[in-house]
Amino acid sequence: MTHRTRAVAWAALGLLALAGTLLPRWLVFLLALALAKGLAVLSVAVLMGAGLVSFGQGLFFAAAAYAAGFAMRGWALREALLLLPLGAGVAVVLGAVVGLLVARYRDIFFAMLTLALSMVLYGVLIKAYAVTGGSDGIRIPAPTVLGLQLSGDDARLLVYYLALASTAACAWAVSRYGASGFGYLAQAVRDNEVRVAYLGASPNRTVYATYLLSAALCGLGGVLTALNVGHVDPGLSYWTTSGELVFVAVLGGTGSVLGPLAGAVVYELIRSYAFKYAPYAWQMMLGAAMLLIILFIPGGLWSPVQRLWRRQAA
Amino acid sequence: MGGSTRWGAVIAVGLAVVGVLAFPHTWAGPVRPAEVKVGIVTFLSGAAAAPFGIPARNAAEVLIEELNAGRTPAPYQTRGIGGATIRPVVIDEAGGAEKQVAEFRRLVLEERVDLVIGYISSADCLAVAPVAEELRALLVLFDCGTNRIFEERSYRYVFRTHGHQILDNVGAARYVLRLKPEVASIAGINQNYAWGQDSWSTFRDSMRKLKPDVRVVAEQFPRLFAGEYSAELSALLAARPDVVHTSFWGGDLESFLIQSMPRRIHERSTLVLTTGDTVLPRLGQQVPPGVVIGARGPHGALAPNVPLNRWFREVYARRFNVRPVYPSYHISQAILGVKYAYEKALAANRGAWPTKEQVAAALRGATFETPSGTIRMALGNGHQAVEGVAYGITSRYNSATGEMELTRVLSLPAECVNPPEGISSEDWIARGFVGAKCP
Amino acid sequence: MSTLLVIGVDGLVFASWLFLVSVGLSLIYGVLRILNVAHGSLFAVGAYAGASLVVAYTQGGLWPPGTFLMLLAAALASGLLLGPAMERGVLWWTYGREPVLQLLVTFSVFLILEDATKLVWGVSPYYAYQPYQLLGQVRVGGVDYPAYSFLLLAVAAASGGGLWWLIRRTRFGRVVVAVIHDPEMSVALGVNLSRVYVATFALGAVLAALGGAFTAPMISVVPGIGVEVIVLAFAVVVVGGLGSLEGAAVGALLIGLVRAAAVHLLPVLELFTIYLVMAAVLLVRPMGLFGRVEARRI
Repeated sequence: MTHRTRAVAWAALGLLALAGTLLPRWLVFLLALALAKGLAVLSVAVLMGAGLVSFGQGLFFAAAAYAAGFAMRGWALREALLLLPLGAGVAVVLGAVVGLLVARYRDIFFAMLTLALSMVLYGVLIKAYAVTGGSDGIRIPAPTVLGLQLSGDDARLLVYYLALASTAACAWAVSRYGASGFGYLAQAVRDNEVRVAYLGASPNRTVYATYLLSAALCGLGGVLTALNVGHVDPGLSYWTTSGELVFVAVLGGTGSVLGPLAGAVVYELIRSYAFKYAPYAWQMMLGAAMLLIILFIPGGLWSPVQRLWRRQAA
Repeated sequence: MGGSTRWGAVIAVGLAVVGVLAFPHTWAGPVRPAEVKVGIVTFLSGAAAAPFGIPARNAAEVLIEELNAGRTPAPYQTRGIGGATIRPVVIDEAGGAEKQVAEFRRLVLEERVDLVIGYISSADCLAVAPVAEELRALLVLFDCGTNRIFEERSYRYVFRTHGHQILDNVGAARYVLRLKPEVASIAGINQNYAWGQDSWSTFRDSMRKLKPDVRVVAEQFPRLFAGEYSAELSALLAARPDVVHTSFWGGDLESFLIQSMPRRIHERSTLVLTTGDTVLPRLGQQVPPGVVIGARGPHGALAPNVPLNRWFREVYARRFNVRPVYPSYHISQAILGVKYAYEKALAANRGAWPTKEQVAAALRGATFETPSGTIRMALGNGHQAVEGVAYGITSRYNSATGEMELTRVLSLPAECVNPPEGISSEDWIARGFVGAKCP
Repeated sequence: MSTLLVIGVDGLVFASWLFLVSVGLSLIYGVLRILNVAHGSLFAVGAYAGASLVVAYTQGGLWPPGTFLMLLAAALASGLLLGPAMERGVLWWTYGREPVLQLLVTFSVFLILEDATKLVWGVSPYYAYQPYQLLGQVRVGGVDYPAYSFLLLAVAAASGGGLWWLIRRTRFGRVVVAVIHDPEMSVALGVNLSRVYVATFALGAVLAALGGAFTAPMISVVPGIGVEVIVLAFAVVVVGGLGSLEGAAVGALLIGLVRAAAVHLLPVLELFTIYLVMAAVLLVRPMGLFGRVEARRI
């Protein structure tokens, strides 16, 4: 992370912290949702860093969200600071099992296999009606944070700051990962797997570990989404949800930590205004906006900023 | 850390402190408005738009226009709502529960609607209802089917002005047994999601309670929006049940009927379509005779012959060249219920504009007239409506209306097909419909 | 015994439909290396065009079997109109970019076309059941089948066979095969790459629209039908091996038969069949049944 990126990150954090109190409440909720999804988008970007595109991140997104939901209903566990690691833990355990299968795969086959597995979870959630409430889903009560139980607006704000803090922490962690030997190894796998193997490192093991990291991030995003929305349903595991995450990752740009997060915020805003101003053609607006961005800013929304910096640095 | 970073950190911490200290607080008392802004959320895209979303939006559009012009018959002759013009803000229900929660917040907080009438999907209803409670915003659910909403928890600001799926399927079971008391075997084909699963288990359990020796010979659950039912139809044909129950709706139901016609399943089994009314005006002669048709209550072709219904059908058909179907009736119930509650609260308030709480109090337990007959808010502490249900069987094609005519129509009163207050639907069926009063 | 027969016929009927809706996707992937999400909207446009042509034709009171020609015409018209427009207008800009970027471009096009079809045809359903009922029934294993299902089988076989002939027996086919194996070398040998791409994409679009047009008579054509097809088609071509014509046929057959067996014997599994088959095949054969292992870069 360059100094400039770090400064921008801190400034963004500050602005977002301020936004929690200055912006209208519906926008704050939208931001909280965007940050929660941003984590899932970041998890997609981390995988893309290793050259893998997953169309099944919904698997972890939904599994963690449901884990939090069950813990809240079954064990009356309301503490968000316990639910977050719980969800991430469930996602990592699931990832550890699924990863054994998918770590050998690349390209479109990785994408389709992850898609198939997330759709199996979708099917299970629909079918296990007695436990999961089927497609109607289950309700999630308001969480406590450090034992603090607020209601109404204050509870929303609390969840917002929780999402902000988690996102900031994850962004920091992912940027450290990117700068670590491990992050470079993942990048090397993306660039040329055979060379990595010749250098004595295991591409499959690298992919496996990266997959676990992305599962954890996506799980955190899932729990935060559940706490935000107050409801989980199998749609979280449907392939369109996973596809949307990939879409937003490419929109924001996968080359940095801030790109996916910025992408998530921009995406939610575009979608919300498209709903408002074009209720009958919002998909068209969304599609056109995305098409223009992909065609004219192929590196993602964040890439012009990076390019500008690089030019100044040169 | 570089210099700029340190400054950034200081600013960030400072801003965060300011942020946490300054919680927003804005509340204004209600003043008599020139207009009542109503958020209307219904499917405008996706598979539920054509069968449900658009007929509901159409009904809302024409009804609100007539109400604003003061052209509605008794008892709703006053203009708009208590003289205030009704202004609808229509948004799409697509995007899933999380998107709808965000949109609901935007409707209430940014558009500042006075209330929201909406939601066809049960998942959306379940997700949005607690948010309405949190925001203290009036929410009238107009079409979703799950019985869970008011059986799981109670609400102050949330209402549902139509009956839930229990009445469709208990009614269907009772109707089938009156039509064919000798029925020995049943089968079901329902979409593989909560609505289909709920509908089938309610129908199956009711049949078993009412006729313990009935056999279940097939339970098919094709994917939602599958559109292709060749294998399922073969399985149903091979099982030869006396009765085939389906809660299919919209495109799926129409595709199912189109595909079942050449396979003559209606010659082997009696088809029971709990939402069949929606396809009568569309498929015309493609609906075979002898099919049991429901309308999720006394709606559409099965609506009561009262002046309000005759008027509603006429204004709707004049505008859209097709008669209203049950989602249109459902939303008319919501709109008229809201109008009734506002005006009752207004009267109780001696002409001063009522608060949301007063409107909610007026709607709680209310009884009001609609094109579907009298609606009583009898369940869920007066937040959940009960309706009767009517079923009929297709007989012959009427070229004047372009629809199959229904005969042997049986109307069952609300007390016969809804559980009484204080008992969950599941228990009610398990305990043999305690307290049901049927003619 | 008769159950097995019925399962076989059901599986075959579903498989022929699956093949029809997925073969275009496989063709486009094979040549252009693009996974075309907008395949779903091309399917939907084909269905809408087919339905409206059949409706107009029937209202004219013309010779009933002509409706089949209407379906064919609808497929050709919508595929030849939209395919080249999409390829030249949008995809052309993305060649050489990352595959995921190309995929998302087609997804954007899908979103746009989704609303565009709504603007053109509205949200009310279209019905074109006349051709579906025209051919009567066939009784197999004590169960009535619409003869249309077997017509669908013939259409699927004809398009599969036609495609095979085109690729294996014509000059155009040899050029396409050359492009598949080595685009750079083909260009060096004088192949007009951009013409091959636009022709293939148009052909793939026609096949997608053909799937839609011949589906139209058996369904209610409503908004949202396109999205349902995408994942089915993806599953078929991944199971069969991306870009392989034989693979698409075998993949469709495998999924069709497994699903039919599930419906008859274990309906609980119906929802999972496609994904279980896909996962199982990929675990055993990572490139799909007929996929080729590609040389790795060093």
